[in-house]
Amino acid sequence: MAPLAARARTLAAIVALSLLGGCAALDHGILNAQGPVAAHERHFFIIVCGILLFVWVPIVVLAPVIAWHYRLSNTHHAYRPKWAFSWPLEGFIWIPPIGIVVLLAFLLWPATQKDDPYTRQAGRGTPVRVQAIALDWKWVFIYPDEGVATVNQLAVPAGRPVHLSLTSGTVMQSLLLPQLAGQVYAMAGMRTRMNFAADRPGTYHGENTQFSGKDFARQQFPVVSMTPAAYAGWLARAHLAYRPLDQAAWAALSRLGTSAPQTYSTVPPRLFDRIVAATGGAAHPHDHSVTRKAP
Amino acid sequence: MSEPVLRHAGVNLGGTQDHPRANAESGIFGFWVFLMSDAVIFALLFALYGTVVAATAGGPRPADVFELGSALAETLLLLTSSLTIGLAVLAMKYDGTRRPVLAWMGVTLALGVAFLALELHDFATMFAQGAYPTRSGFLSAFFALVPLHGLHVLAGSVWMLVMAAQILAYGFDARVRINVLRLSLFWHFLDVIWIAILSVVYLQGHLP
Amino acid sequence: MQTAHPPIWPDVLGRFAWHDLPFVRAWQNPTINELIGAGAGALVIVGAVVTIALLTRYRLWGRLWSDWLTSLDHKKIGIMYVVIALVMLSRAVVEAVLMRMQQATAVGDPGFLSSDHFAQLFSTHGSIMVFFMAMPFLTGVINYVVPLQIGARDMAFPWANAIALSLTGGGAALMMTSLVVGQFSTGGWSGYPPYTGLAFSPDVGPDYWIWAVTMGSIGSTLGGINIACTIFKLRAPGMTYMRMPMFCWTSLCTSILMIFAMPPLTVATALLALDRYLGFHFFTNDLGGNMMNYANLFWLFGHPEVYILILPAFGIYSEVVSTFSSKELYGYASLVWATMAIAVLSFTVWVHHFFTMGQSANINAVFGIATMTIGVPTGVKIYDWIWTMFRGEVRFSVPMLYALAFMVTFVIGGFTGIILAIPPLDYVFHNTLFLVAHFHNMLIPGLLYGLLAGYTYWFPKAFGFRLNERWGRIAFTCWVAGFYLAFMPLYVLGASGMARRTNEIFEPDFRPWLYVACVGALVVLGALVSLIVQLVVSIRERDETRVFAGDPWDGRSLEWSTASPPPEYNFAVIPRIDARDAFYDGKRDDGYYRRDARYDDISVPKNSVTAIAIGAAATAASFGLVWHMWWLAVAAGLGIVAVIILRSFVRGAHRVIPSAEVTRIEHRWHDALAAATPIPRHCELTASNQGLAEIPA
Repeated sequence: MAPLAARARTLAAIVALSLLGGCAALDHGILNAQGPVAAHERHFFIIVCGILLFVWVPIVVLAPVIAWHYRLSNTHHAYRPKWAFSWPLEGFIWIPPIGIVVLLAFLLWPATQKDDPYTRQAGRGTPVRVQAIALDWKWVFIYPDEGVATVNQLAVPAGRPVHLSLTSGTVMQSLLLPQLAGQVYAMAGMRTRMNFAADRPGTYHGENTQFSGKDFARQQFPVVSMTPAAYAGWLARAHLAYRPLDQAAWAALSRLGTSAPQTYSTVPPRLFDRIVAATGGAAHPHDHSVTRKAP
Repeated sequence: MSEPVLRHAGVNLGGTQDHPRANAESGIFGFWVFLMSDAVIFALLFALYGTVVAATAGGPRPADVFELGSALAETLLLLTSSLTIGLAVLAMKYDGTRRPVLAWMGVTLALGVAFLALELHDFATMFAQGAYPTRSGFLSAFFALVPLHGLHVLAGSVWMLVMAAQILAYGFDARVRINVLRLSLFWHFLDVIWIAILSVVYLQGHLP
Repeated sequence: MQTAHPPIWPDVLGRFAWHDLPFVRAWQNPTINELIGAGAGALVIVGAVVTIALLTRYRLWGRLWSDWLTSLDHKKIGIMYVVIALVMLSRAVVEAVLMRMQQATAVGDPGFLSSDHFAQLFSTHGSIMVFFMAMPFLTGVINYVVPLQIGARDMAFPWANAIALSLTGGGAALMMTSLVVGQFSTGGWSGYPPYTGLAFSPDVGPDYWIWAVTMGSIGSTLGGINIACTIFKLRAPGMTYMRMPMFCWTSLCTSILMIFAMPPLTVATALLALDRYLGFHFFTNDLGGNMMNYANLFWLFGHPEVYILILPAFGIYSEVVSTFSSKELYGYASLVWATMAIAVLSFTVWVHHFFTMGQSANINAVFGIATMTIGVPTGVKIYDWIWTMFRGEVRFSVPMLYALAFMVTFVIGGFTGIILAIPPLDYVFHNTLFLVAHFHNMLIPGLLYGLLAGYTYWFPKAFGFRLNERWGRIAFTCWVAGFYLAFMPLYVLGASGMARRTNEIFEPDFRPWLYVACVGALVVLGALVSLIVQLVVSIRERDETRVFAGDPWDGRSLEWSTASPPPEYNFAVIPRIDARDAFYDGKRDDGYYRRDARYDDISVPKNSVTAIAIGAAATAASFGLVWHMWWLAVAAGLGIVAVIILRSFVRGAHRVIPSAEVTRIEHRWHDALAAATPIPRHCELTASNQGLAEIPA
């Protein structure tokens, strides 16, 4: 238990910081969207909130006002203990909510298609393919077309669409990019997908959101979005540094523990596919995630 | 009146007709509801089986390990036992003496035990062929679903013995009558589940 | 991990090693983290010892045994359920406070709790709140109230009722045991494999979770069957379905949901147990296991469960709003239809718990729309309560305050619920604190306020005296203020991308919100303390607040037409019903209370030792399974079968209360009714309220 003075300081800090700090916190999330998927999700979020105000406001206003007006001590109101039904009121309470849900349903359908993690995003330039493997408690990102890999950092060129494939070498995890897209699960023996792009250069946040054990909270990584030139330079540096993702390196990564950001200059061919198959995924015809056609 | 008098629409459960049927009604109705809840468990296991029937992980496939002849024999045993438990209930209603009821229950029990013996023999054969539950997702689901039905048959058989003992001890008092009726419901329920197992597991396993 | 520590006597004690005792761990490694663990274990032991000592000191063992533990009376079983719920609530609230304190102190710092300990806290907090707080609380209230409201003398199956209670109690005991021996699961209340599988969690934790939850689940299935049969078959003559009090309707829908939604949970935990104990491959990563099946099974239970929890509270709000507005419930028929619609729809939305599992956008969209559809009947219900107050005479006593706070707060949860139901937005908010804030926003106002309203409302019925109003208001204020302080910040943090279940925070911008949330948790702790103080104060001043005449709130339904507390047989004469608010209207038309010169014999179920024996054996079997003490598991399992068979041979399980005794009890109550002064509504919170309502001319 904190001493009183510390408590008082804490309280003062709360009052002072909650206004200033609040906005700062929100900068790390969807409201500060930095990619087309997240921007659309934010836009949709604001529209939905606007529509839902028509649900929220009447109840928040009516419940206290009616309760207070019809209080026992107020003798200036009608008391009708047997009044318990009215068709117009029934219409008022059933029809508008149904209308709102129908409206939201019409908005929801296309938005779900558009922002589905499997939907490829149009963007400038050729797509970057990245394969993400969830381990305890780190993320491995393989760039199959470039033949390099990273751990706990995801470098992407700004503007170009990124096609992420995910699987897990351990328990189920979930990869969330709050400012860029959303999240999708990574599961052993299965391949899930996520598509996103970053609008401009910058460093964003990525994390696992599905509890996975001891160092789950530390399983976070930066998403570094670079200009095309900087990205090319980064790739070149990655190739030059002789640091293969060989069996010894993979064995080290597979052990429980966190990891600092790393870069590997070469990757064994089809490593990702072998991880998927090693956990029984290939012999799994009923798994829709594997067989689902890519749009 | 010390005990509430039990009665049910279909079967005479009490001596007279002038008492409200509520108690026996709710007793039988409650058992129906319980069976529906149990049916949900089987329904889920069937659904699960359907999703993993192809997940053989390189191990035995359904057609490799299921013997239709044996399944047919088990079906005949169980269906016949459903008839005989029905005859036991009818004997309780129209005859009311112990001997025919106990005889039909004895036949039912014998058929049930024969079913269990045959099923155990099937499992032993499967184990000998390397088809054991830890081999694959498919076999895990099989060995969750089919033996659970077998355990129900076992429970029903024990229940049959208990009811026989109670008939000998108390004759056909209200509780014995209502419990024999419940037992027969349970036994018919197991029949229905078995038909589903025969179709979904054994017959489908041999589809080309 | 106890794998590193050799078991001390494997043949008898299974895999138990000295290191499994938190005291040993704290002795070897006296960190704050271990000391908290040892302190919690010590608290359980001290609590048990003090309880035993007090029972012995005041020679209460006999009464406890014959009046309570072996009783088959639905009222006593209901009260015991609520006692379990309140004890477990206290533990889970303290755990919540510890978690919020950890997060507030762990920004860029490890904090005072280890990661493993933190994970056990959120796992036990969730499991307890759902299975051993909410479920027993609502089952207890239903148990107490429904037979009285429908004019019955007991539940349809009193013995099964006692078994359900003992299984729930056994599950709760197993949760408490995990504090003293070994450790609990770290896999959360939903226990997702493969994390909870043998490959990743070989310790006893998930086994504690599996067996505690399975006992609760089987108990709830039995309870659901019992409640449904009671309502279907035992209503008083003339009480048609559309004349039932609204609480009975919501209880009926809840019980039907229990019957069909608890089995998926039983299947999920049983299959997980097969994976862990016998090496099956349902949810493992290898040999054809597929954890997606677990997610589907769990949420096939989990989503209807939400409505199992909330519907009874909706029923309580209906009773409370109508009673404290002195007005008929508005739109009874539309409330019934809305309740049924919610019950049916609740089975069609489970996929929204894993929109992010990679199924097609069309599937997600369909389930998203189905989810939003539930918002319609829920919204209708809230308007029905608002129109019930309209043209009424509203009294702001504690239950009504909870109802009002619920309406205003719940709609925020509905708002964020619609947001989470929309797949593109769920991709962003799923698994973050936004989700945590949302479901607390549904369950605290929607469930806990409702049950606390019901507790305050029916307490005088059950115990014959009212609860202290002042402390009730303090507790109410703390619950509401604490809720807003604790959970509104979590919406912000979730929208900022903070994952749930994190024990360490690396983003300094989150700090102020975590502080606010921590203060909120402390205020909630204050609410819990106020509830305890309220109970103590109320018991002390009970002689001034007695309402033996039985009707302190000018009630509408049949439970208020009996004495407080009601006699064992509830109704000396089963009432005949000719209208929805039969008692309320009857009081106004012809006085309702009728004194007969003589009453008939009444048959009630005898006490039974067998129910609690089955619960104890099931607990022992579960404990044996957790620790791999196979002899104990087998012996206790066979014991259960033996007890059931023996019980089936028992004849004469009923006892007759003779006519003279019934007549004496009834006449005593009617004398009190005649002596009581009818009081007008504005005096109902004063000492003059003896439980007889003044009928305005």
